[in-house]
Amino acid sequence: MSIEYIISMITNNWPMFLRGAGMTLLISIIGTIFGAVIGLLAGVIRTIPTPERKLKRIVLKIVNLILSVYIEFFRGTPMLVQAMVIFYGSALAFGIDMDRTMAAIFIVSINTGAYMAEIVRGGVISIDKGQFEAAQAIGMNHFQTMWSVVLPQVIRNILPATGNQFIINIKDTSVLNVIGVTELYFQAKTVAGISFKYFEPFFIACILYFVMTFTVTLILRYIERKLDGPENYSMIGQPPPQLMLTKSNTNID
Amino acid sequence: MQNVIEVQHLSKSFGNHEVLKDIDFSVNKGEVVCIIGSSGSGKSTLLRCINLLEKPSGGQIIYHGENILDEKHDIHAYRKKLGMVFQQFNLFNNHNVLSNCMVGQVKVIKRSKEDAEKVALKYLKVVGMDQYVNAKPKQLSGGQKQRVAIARALSMEPDVMLFDEPTSALDPEMVGEVLKVMKELAGTGLTMLIVTHEMEFAKEVADRVVFMDKGVIAEEGTPEQIFNNPKEDRTKAFLKRTLS
Ligand SMILES: Nc1ncnc2c1ncn2[C@@H]1O[C@H](COP(=O)(O)OP(=O)(O)OP(=O)(O)O)[C@@H](O)[C@H]1O
Ligand SMILES: [Mg+2]
Repeated sequence: MSIEYIISMITNNWPMFLRGAGMTLLISIIGTIFGAVIGLLAGVIRTIPTPERKLKRIVLKIVNLILSVYIEFFRGTPMLVQAMVIFYGSALAFGIDMDRTMAAIFIVSINTGAYMAEIVRGGVISIDKGQFEAAQAIGMNHFQTMWSVVLPQVIRNILPATGNQFIINIKDTSVLNVIGVTELYFQAKTVAGISFKYFEPFFIACILYFVMTFTVTLILRYIERKLDGPENYSMIGQPPPQLMLTKSNTNID
Repeated sequence: MQNVIEVQHLSKSFGNHEVLKDIDFSVNKGEVVCIIGSSGSGKSTLLRCINLLEKPSGGQIIYHGENILDEKHDIHAYRKKLGMVFQQFNLFNNHNVLSNCMVGQVKVIKRSKEDAEKVALKYLKVVGMDQYVNAKPKQLSGGQKQRVAIARALSMEPDVMLFDEPTSALDPEMVGEVLKVMKELAGTGLTMLIVTHEMEFAKEVADRVVFMDKGVIAEEGTPEQIFNNPKEDRTKAFLKRTLS
């Protein structure tokens, strides 16, 4: 085990490591994005105020119950086991041979979704009640209130937690080697199997994992700063109204 | 006189605590009504019931001849016709001053962004905040926030403006700037319903003063009647406490 050996291992096997790291990134990026969307949807649904009408109330109750079961189940079982159950289970039950990468993305997404749903719910609860009331008072319904007022603030507030989840995903995709996904850990294991060396390939994998997670951390910090906007604002003298929209960054979508 | 909102036999309980008892009350078009009364008498609850932030336990709220407590009634359509100004301002933290005044117009009234911006600027000018269009709420003083909140409500061009102690959360030196804006608005014929502890202000701008005590309207009349010749003992006692 020498520096030279590690360097020669990299020069000989870099396509494998790179492909592994690429696969890890792909699965964790898509998984985190889908998971965040699932989490936002679930979070919005779970914070709908109890409706007046009986039928709507019952429908909402049932939907909430399903969401709770989903969240508790996926938070409460290891992703490794879920991967086995879903991948081999789908083959057994429906005779589908899932594409391994698709299966991996699917598992990471629903797993992240379960965590994000709780993070989003916490984020919504922590928004000042006055923000909801002001939105309602100008006639917005629940979804308008969420979309234009609450969620932008929630997203800003949960960004650190989402970044955390992203980093966990980068690391935890390593368990997906059990269903044969060619992510970084799988590739390191393969290199180890070929070369009969164990420390070096895993050491290289370790460095690559850290480079990925730390890069994500830095990018997220940057985004956070961007979202917070400038510390200062500029006073407007006599603004020509036509120019204002582009200049003043109204964030109404 | 045409009334804009009429409240009939309105009651509201939180659990077994009856906060409003059989309130009958109306606001006429163009009228400025001030609601006064001691803390806990139900003033905020009445205002919040009127725009349905609280669900009344009983009674009716008649708006344009329709009972808006009827299940079929579209409460969002009703609410957009009432402007609300809160004690704690409640500006949208994620929007700057201009888009605070635009977002409701664009989302709820479906105005184009161009029209919404013109309207927003018009009312920001009325409250003297048109220079701050780019500022975020956290960059403003309390008085400035409240003036933007008033402009936001006005931008919806409501039938009635409801104010719930708009100056109570302000430092004393900022109370004046907000009251000044409200006085100007009162002079334009806007219909206003104002909960306030500012007795001088009420005396000056109100067409009618409503005195609430323990969940009922104890007395109402012109400012002259209420402040100079109160009939009820509780009104007298309240005024003695607050004016001394
Ligand atoms: N959400 C609530 N849940 C339970 N009780 C409430 C709630 N809101 C108000 N109350 C009670 O209702 C009563 C009237 O409150 P309200 O806020 O309407 O008084 P107010 O006249 O506006 O007083 P203040 O001048 O202090 O603002 C109080 O006793 C209060 O404790
Ligand atoms: Mg109050």
